[in-house]
Amino acid sequence: MPPAVAATGEHRLRVNGTERTTSITPSATLLDTLRERLGLFGTKKGCDHGQCGACTVLVDGRRTLSCLVLAATQQDREITTIEGLARPDGSPHPLQEAFAARDAFQCGYCTPGQIMSAAGLANEGWPPDDDGIREAMSGNLCRCGAYNTIVAAIRDVRDGTGA
Amino acid sequence: MIPFALHTAASPEEALGRLADEPGAALLAGGTTLVDLMKLEVLRPSAVIDISRIGLDAIERTPRGWRIGALARNRDVAAHPRIAADLPLLSQAILQGASGALRTMATVGGNLLQRTRCGYFRDRTAACNKRSPGAGCAALDGVNRGHAVLGVSDACIATHPGDLAVALAALDARVTLRSRDGERTVAFTDFNLVPGNTPERETVMMPSEMVTAVEVPDLGYARRSLYRKVRDRASYQFALVSCAVALDVEEGVVRAARIALGGVGTKPWRAREAERSLVGRFADAHAFGDAAARALAGARPRPDNAFKVAMAERVLARCLLDLREMAL
Repeated sequence: MPPAVAATGEHRLRVNGTERTTSITPSATLLDTLRERLGLFGTKKGCDHGQCGACTVLVDGRRTLSCLVLAATQQDREITTIEGLARPDGSPHPLQEAFAARDAFQCGYCTPGQIMSAAGLANEGWPPDDDGIREAMSGNLCRCGAYNTIVAAIRDVRDGTGA
Repeated sequence: MIPFALHTAASPEEALGRLADEPGAALLAGGTTLVDLMKLEVLRPSAVIDISRIGLDAIERTPRGWRIGALARNRDVAAHPRIAADLPLLSQAILQGASGALRTMATVGGNLLQRTRCGYFRDRTAACNKRSPGAGCAALDGVNRGHAVLGVSDACIATHPGDLAVALAALDARVTLRSRDGERTVAFTDFNLVPGNTPERETVMMPSEMVTAVEVPDLGYARRSLYRKVRDRASYQFALVSCAVALDVEEGVVRAARIALGGVGTKPWRAREAERSLVGRFADAHAFGDAAARALAGARPRPDNAFKVAMAERVLARCLLDLREMAL
């Protein structure tokens, strides 16, 4: 049998293409580990119960609510946060550009989760119409109510038509 | 969270061995229910066994249907092109549940074991017989607009929250359960239990068992089927009423029907008497209305959720009418 995860131990996490080693307790969520252990504050804590989408990251390319994931279970997986979304040359990801161009936020707190969720949606396949985008993004709440411009930003990226 | 030991299983056998050795351990698949309820301290396993790396995630064609591994993600089942074509109500049910990220995380086996969203179950300060047997039920005279009207007892009126589960009930699915001592298969309609006096027992599973697969047999008339969900928001909301319905009609006469209801029952609610009442009748609004009334005949509503009875009857009758008109 492989060893059980010790009460607290050193774990290797692969975040944004970089191997990071940190100590993780069994109950530590990926969200808290990213923020408090690895200093990656772009991923936001909203409800902490998988209801708001603010903590969305990609795990092996799939959108994942990091508040519902135990960090110690994520070794050897490819974790991508908003900090790792930019192109290799450092220029913003098309979704980041589109959210800025469309003013798809007000306070910005939900924005990293919105963008990461949209990035995961791109891997699933874009919905053909605005209703489909709204349905696919319904797990990402925006209490400022920027939904119309969020949908427009995602539509721009889908269609390759920057605003 | 209450402290716990975390184990990573590399195979089903290892997970089952660990589960047999550690009463009080919980299996961790997608985590969307377990981690949430551990944070609320509603669930307090002494150990958590991560089964996300043990395989059992294949979606396979069998001679007479589909076999879906317990670790298959809900989203992958719904997006499977042949399942979407062969069993449309299965895909539709999954895609009307939760959100895109949750569907991607959630596994089929875990989804069948998700817990009720009754607010009193989730609130450790409230009386709940399901969480603390014998404590009473705050929902009976509390805020119970979302609660069940079918299969209820004086001990519990918590609604089964599933969507996929309602489709599986309609489709005569079977669930494969495995323990260290062997494997057995149960009809999905027998998998969940009504609360009775033991609402803490939600399924026929033994503590040492895990779900390993769901088998969904072909249904010749599944192309004339649909899943419809009525809820307070257009997306990302639990059902007030949902219907998984399939209809076999020839020359205007019903040959067979499948009817299951969600949002109204303490378990995914198969309405067999309503199905039988349709066989041999003209497929018209009168027959459909009769069937819908039969499906809800045993309802025991509370003041806040009494609206669900008429709503379920109307949604079901409308689904049947729409199926009759469906061009194939």
